[in-house]
Amino acid sequence: MTKNVKRLKSEQTYAYALISPSVVIVLGIIIAPMLATLVYTMLNNNMLSGHYGEFSGLSFFKEVLTSHEFGSDLFRTLYFTIVSTFIETGLGLAIALLLNEKFPGVGILRCIIIIPWAIPTVVNGSLWKLIFNGQYGVFNALLLNAGLINQYESWLGDPKLAMLMIIIADSWKMTPLAVIFFLAALQGINADTYEAARVDGAGPFRRFYYLTLPYLAPTAMIIIVMRTVEKFKAFDIFYLMTRGGPANATKTLMYSTYLEAFTNLNYSTAAVYAYLTALIVAVLTLIYVRMMKRGELNG
Amino acid sequence: MAKAALHEKKFKGVYVLYIILGIIVAIGVLAPVAWMFITSIMYPKDLTAATLKLIPDETTFSRYVEVFSSERTSDPAYIFRVALKNSTIIAICVTVVALIFGTFASYAFARLRFRGRGSMMMLILFTYMLPPVALVIPLYKIFNQLHLLDSKFGLIIMYLSFILPFIIWSMQGFFGSISKYYEEAAAIDGASRIQILWYIFFPIARPGAIATGILAFLMSWDEFFYSLVFTSSLNAKTIPLAIAEFNGKFTIDYGMISVAGIIGSLIPVLIAIIFQKYIVMGMSAGGVKE
Repeated sequence: MTKNVKRLKSEQTYAYALISPSVVIVLGIIIAPMLATLVYTMLNNNMLSGHYGEFSGLSFFKEVLTSHEFGSDLFRTLYFTIVSTFIETGLGLAIALLLNEKFPGVGILRCIIIIPWAIPTVVNGSLWKLIFNGQYGVFNALLLNAGLINQYESWLGDPKLAMLMIIIADSWKMTPLAVIFFLAALQGINADTYEAARVDGAGPFRRFYYLTLPYLAPTAMIIIVMRTVEKFKAFDIFYLMTRGGPANATKTLMYSTYLEAFTNLNYSTAAVYAYLTALIVAVLTLIYVRMMKRGELNG
Repeated sequence: MAKAALHEKKFKGVYVLYIILGIIVAIGVLAPVAWMFITSIMYPKDLTAATLKLIPDETTFSRYVEVFSSERTSDPAYIFRVALKNSTIIAICVTVVALIFGTFASYAFARLRFRGRGSMMMLILFTYMLPPVALVIPLYKIFNQLHLLDSKFGLIIMYLSFILPFIIWSMQGFFGSISKYYEEAAAIDGASRIQILWYIFFPIARPGAIATGILAFLMSWDEFFYSLVFTSSLNAKTIPLAIAEFNGKFTIDYGMISVAGIIGSLIPVLIAIIFQKYIVMGMSAGGVKE
């Protein structure tokens, strides 16, 4: 008995020794500043405020939550997140189904599909900014040649279009990730089940609806949750392509946090924004972990 | 196999459709990249011409030459070359350090019993999901006092803070999937804990380490936000920051942006294509069940 306890004790010491470097870094660079930021939410740190340094309690939370701006930022973030996740998952599934078939050239296609994903986000942003350029952009030239537009459009300069353009740019880069996940899942499908269904007279659409879709559903869920979390945190592409403009049309929660902190020097307001975003992300993370615990990822 | 053969007889016409769709996908994937490359070898006058030519009459590789030869410190080509060097140093250091510390920690989380294991694991996962903006204001003040602003070392530490949790989270999936019997057999043969870790777990976990290491390198190469906040000079300027700055100047040099984009993408794209299998493995590792 005592020998067992001793063994457990030494195992614990060994474990602490192994995790200590990581824990020190994670605690020092994440947990400590996280707590400091929490202090900012309740202690006025807005540099230009007349009440700088005073205890403010939850008044910043109240101010932000009741502001019209927070609502609009949240709406734009949700719009970006939902539409681009929908495109990535849908298009990703379609392309994965295609690449799962056998036809000449499919090997090369499977190989190059990963390219957009590997391109750095900042490069992706400047690449699409170049393509959508209102004066010299190739997008305008192509559409004009095809007769779809009569004159050059300022795609990123139009408040009604700018967010959509960013969604296109982001989906181009991230759809391959969904393709890769779906493809990995598709390759795990049991061919015998399909054969049996075919023998029983199930057509391709019935087979897809009753066999493939349910099989891919868990993978789709993982992709959706994982991407939603990432999209809520998206910053780089907005900074590169529009900087929140035109007329705030692409100002998301994350971009507002950045502006409050580094342009307006309202650290407390920024901290509240950051915490509210973190809260949403935490809820999503919880869902993510729950799903993985149930072992639903087959990819 | 039999299924494929049957299909072949039945749906020959479907093949044509597949090939057409395949070509559309290929164009969708490659056209934007091709355009960036064409832009990078166009003369400035063609770039801003009233009617844009998709295939320019004359091309120039002078911008590429400039990147590797320019000695003027205010030259975008020079700035980019330094950024390329900085990004490479930072990404390699981060990957190596994160792999060493992360492997130790993930082994402990996956295979050893200790107090606080579950809650610490949850905390690490949560930090990985946290938006970086929630941390940078106090960190900026701390880094300022420690003279870590605008230094490669400072950025390496910053990058470790999100890459380490990622490595721990995915590597523990690999360690978790290794059978208990190896461990027990080695222990019976009198192997010490460190010998078990070194001779049993490290070799088996090597593919996992390669997979997560590649992703760590790509994450570091891609990082922009911390670089934007903590860097001000050429000391630690990374590629994403250099490219963002080329975009932000009053006169936007699309030619140079494209050259930087092509060179900056070359390494991650090659890595991704060569190690595609590992990348899929690395990304799905976090979900591997025990």
